[in-house]
Amino acid sequence: MKREDWRPWALHGGLVATLALLYFVLPPYHAGVLPRVMVLSVYAMGYNILFGYTGLLSLGHAMFFSAGMYGLGLTIQHLDFTPAPAFLVGLIAATLLAAIVGALALRTVGVAFMIVTLMFAQSGFLAALYFGEYTRGDEGFAIQQADRVLWGVDLSNETNRFFAALILFAITLFTIAFVVRSAFGRALVAIRENEARAEMLGYNVTRLKLQAMILSGLIAGAGGAAYALLFGYAGATFASVQYSILPLLWVLLGGAGTTIGPFVGALFMFYLIDFSSEFTDAYLLVAGLALVLLTLFARAGIVGELRRRVWGWLP
Amino acid sequence: MDFGPYLILASIEGAVQAAVLALTAVGLSLVFGVMRVVNVAHGEFYMIGAVLAWWVSTSVGGHPAVGFIAALVLAPLVAGALAALCDFLILRRVDYDPESTIVATIGLLYIIQQTTLMTYGPDARPIEPPFNERIALPWVQYGENGLEWYYPWGFGTTTYKLFVIVAAILLLVGVWAVLARTRIGMILRASQLDPDMARAFGVNVDRVYALVFGAGAALAALAAVLIAPIQQAHYLMGGDPLLLSFIVVIIGGLGSVAGTVVAAVLIGMSDGVISMFFSPTLAKIIATMLVAFVLIFRPQGIFGKRVA
Repeated sequence: MKREDWRPWALHGGLVATLALLYFVLPPYHAGVLPRVMVLSVYAMGYNILFGYTGLLSLGHAMFFSAGMYGLGLTIQHLDFTPAPAFLVGLIAATLLAAIVGALALRTVGVAFMIVTLMFAQSGFLAALYFGEYTRGDEGFAIQQADRVLWGVDLSNETNRFFAALILFAITLFTIAFVVRSAFGRALVAIRENEARAEMLGYNVTRLKLQAMILSGLIAGAGGAAYALLFGYAGATFASVQYSILPLLWVLLGGAGTTIGPFVGALFMFYLIDFSSEFTDAYLLVAGLALVLLTLFARAGIVGELRRRVWGWLP
Repeated sequence: MDFGPYLILASIEGAVQAAVLALTAVGLSLVFGVMRVVNVAHGEFYMIGAVLAWWVSTSVGGHPAVGFIAALVLAPLVAGALAALCDFLILRRVDYDPESTIVATIGLLYIIQQTTLMTYGPDARPIEPPFNERIALPWVQYGENGLEWYYPWGFGTTTYKLFVIVAAILLLVGVWAVLARTRIGMILRASQLDPDMARAFGVNVDRVYALVFGAGAALAALAAVLIAPIQQAHYLMGGDPLLLSFIVVIIGGLGSVAGTVVAAVLIGMSDGVISMFFSPTLAKIIATMLVAFVLIFRPQGIFGKRVA
């Protein structure tokens, strides 16, 4: 057996350490942007499990993100939960939804899978609007500062928020780095590369795909719940098609099937949109152009291209 | 108003919706049928049709009918040409790979939508119908002298709405005739069945694909020009027709014009009727769930053929 390569661990540890240092170095605006990018990268990393590693393109991950978000938000808002159990409810909601949707949607393949996930997510979005009495629909609701104190730490405070986001980001990053190097992760890649062969080798492909879907939904839900908790807002916008497409865009841009790709993609896209929104309201134009250009010229994304051309060891 | 007139009113609204939906969905279905490609930007070509209708009808002066007819000719041509260009520049270069095509057309969706936002703006703008006489409809009730006619208040429709229904039917018959009875239709079916064989027989399949992609978009634009005087032209108006077209095309069976039309009538009518009596959101939830379950449990209808 080959000796464990130290470089991926150095890369992940270095990334987390750099992010922690950046908080003290960066001007306040950028230090305020980073928690958002980190939480959204958690969502994208969840998406990457399914899309990047298992090769299943879902167009409905917003339902898992918003399940986490509403699981936390609604229990705090209407049932007076404290953040910790509410966060757990968010995780359970997203996991259950992923298990149910996965069990149904995985009966289809290819384009049908994309459309089925899209339709389920759309039903979820419409349901959020339909139960507007509780969710306040598109307008959403704010979670009061008093309800955002986790174990005595006020998460509406800049510094606390930054490090809470960083902790979640680090946990997710290391979990995924571990999972994709495990036998389970390798089996997922085998399915992506050649499903028929993986099945022939004796893998229970259906079950593995369902497990990938559940893990992916769980992580996406963690992103959603954290978003609601850290930024104090839950709204139906986060359940819309656009929020299903964004993680796809981030992962494609950063590099599908790479551990740090989702973060790189989310960070890059955030600044690209931030930059372009100074010139125009139509900032989604950038997202559209990026999607088209990526499909045409850089199928592997930023980290993927780096791995292909320069550093073959990139995880 | 009684239940009866209410139901008839809902059915007329439903029929108008169904007519426009059928045209839009046939465009989507045609593209999938021949090219095996899902065009997520389909709704945006619909939106372009409506926006162009506004633009043409405001720049052409005189009677609204002049502008309307000009829009009816120009909008599909422009939308079609644009779509053919997208096919040429993007889809052909990813070799019509199903997943890349979807990602690329999602990109196109944003590009078209946001470019419209930048140029046309965020306002919804009305378009004057070429003619719009009100037709009051009669109803019967038991009065003092037994059954008698009367015209309930608010019970009626307009000539323009009836025109939309008739125009859509004529256009659909036209599409069917082209597909089933002409040489172009034969070439399309040949490219659909076996692109390599069609190529061997001298069919320029690349050109056929560009033409079909353009024609699909042109049908969507045409539908939008028809509906624009009833609704309004807005840069976000492509979302609903896209979703409904998907629903219709999947339930009706992709690539089958007849199935698509039947499903459009079914969905359009029931959507109109359900929305009138219940919440429109609930109607949409039911419809989207229905699509998901049709795809899961009856995949042989459409996508299954290709994958299995």
